[in-house]
Amino acid sequence: MNIVVCVKQIPDPAAPASLDPNTHNLDRTGKLILDEADTYGVEMALQLVDKAGAGEVTVVSMGSAADLSGVRNALAMGAAKAIVVSDDALRGTDALGTAKVLAAAIKRVNPDLVLCATESSDGYTGTVPVQVAELLGLPSVTFAKSVTVDGSTIKIDRQTDGGYDEVTSPLPAVVTVTAGVVEPRYASFKGIMAAKSKPVEELTAADLGLAAETGAAGAGQQITSVVAAESRAAGEKYNDEGDGADRIVAFLESIKVL
Amino acid sequence: MSNIWVVVEPANGALSTTSLEILTHARTLGGTVSAITWGGQGATLAAQAGEYGATTLHDAGDLAGALPGAPVAGAIAALVASAGAPDVILIPTSYDGRDIAGRLSAKLNTGVLTNVTGYSADGTTEHPVFGGTQIVNARFTSGGPGIVVIRAKSFAAESAGGAAATVNSIAAGDLGATNSAKIVASHVEERVGPKLEEAAVIVSGGRGLGEASAFALVEDAAKLLNGASGASRAIVDAGWVPYSKQVGQTGKTVKPTVYIACGISGATQHMVGMKGSKNIVAINKDADAPIFQVADFGIVGDVHKVLPALIEKLKSR
Repeated sequence: MNIVVCVKQIPDPAAPASLDPNTHNLDRTGKLILDEADTYGVEMALQLVDKAGAGEVTVVSMGSAADLSGVRNALAMGAAKAIVVSDDALRGTDALGTAKVLAAAIKRVNPDLVLCATESSDGYTGTVPVQVAELLGLPSVTFAKSVTVDGSTIKIDRQTDGGYDEVTSPLPAVVTVTAGVVEPRYASFKGIMAAKSKPVEELTAADLGLAAETGAAGAGQQITSVVAAESRAAGEKYNDEGDGADRIVAFLESIKVL
Repeated sequence: MSNIWVVVEPANGALSTTSLEILTHARTLGGTVSAITWGGQGATLAAQAGEYGATTLHDAGDLAGALPGAPVAGAIAALVASAGAPDVILIPTSYDGRDIAGRLSAKLNTGVLTNVTGYSADGTTEHPVFGGTQIVNARFTSGGPGIVVIRAKSFAAESAGGAAATVNSIAAGDLGATNSAKIVASHVEERVGPKLEEAAVIVSGGRGLGEASAFALVEDAAKLLNGASGASRAIVDAGWVPYSKQVGQTGKTVKPTVYIACGISGATQHMVGMKGSKNIVAINKDADAPIFQVADFGIVGDVHKVLPALIEKLKSR
């Protein structure tokens, strides 16, 4: 079975994030890494292809091709090839524009299954996978906490407010996986070396016929201002000298919780 | 703003709390509020929808086990085609709400704004970013109804005492393969004590607990305080506790009377989900942990010592 995993290269979440004061775009000038949320989809895809006994995993990404270490990381884990849609004109593209780009790139692969994270860890819009599904005319199942494939049917345990639903869908389909759905492997040295020579196809928005619908001009919304939020002041802080529990009880009494 | 549509989610024979919060806010925007639901229980839900301000309740009907995303978005798109577009479509942030929003955005070729915590009559949205330290204001620039996905607890739900809404049946056109994901069984995880998003007291645990078994301390303390137990993303991802306990950007938004964070450092992902708590207590061995910047009351100490001692104190009361 052939699987596409949509991945995103994001600024390292450990580094302080900021918005460009003029464009309000997220500052992406620092080092980019593979969004950890995407590693679960890559792992899931590798396991499903392995179980099927045939096929391959393709990663599809939109973003700068200047630094492809995040995409190479997915290849080092075991994905066979990558398609990266990279174009200065894509800067400022909104969620729907992103979905159009990804959907057009995915069409070239014509996969049995598309896997995505539930949301990215930098923009966390959380609608792109479903927008991709709609644009491709496919069913979608979001928030999968377990995924199995049985012939041309996919079975998913989908997170709900109170527990989970068992959901089935015919393939092809778009599925978003929660973190923890599988344990992502670390790339081996062999995998890292092999990734260097795996094919990475670079495309522009124009290659996909989407130049007019993407970029900041094609976005359906814009940021008008960014302001500091009302901040909470830090309160009292004590070192625990064996009296920590007593102090907490006294505080809970003072706010009438006890 | 004259014409506002609100997607309201059925939940156990009533409308979800977040739906009621959004209906309440929609009333203040100065237009006619119509609600859209599904499940074929429109006649039952019309009283509550009306009470919170909707004049009409559109019901997409029984979905025959299909996941709501595709058929409800399809029914809304059909309603736009027949009745004309509203000024805005407000949707709750939930598993199904986000599915509906994404599908609808692609169907109508219109923008979608998510993680919204404020929306004003001039169409400006508010989004907390970077752990809630900054607020981004945005607005739609293209035509077509903007789709706004609003987080839980952004507004307080208040009844307006309105008459029952008029029920109207709506249906999607041909959905093709998009409507073929079906629910075959539902499982409810057993829960002791109050729901996380409704509890007055929440005791939450993070990576600082060290190992999965230590989460029992968090649960014991929560039980003794008649509260709910919560968790940071780190220990949910590690598989220590189910996802339903996750508080934060990806999980639940909570605003209890007191939130007791045990061994939680305070990653931005977590803070955005609990910063609105009335009181925050933090126990963490790292005196420089970001959680102390928002805590009203902090104990710098070992959670493995402080929590058992706290449990003993609470037991003896």
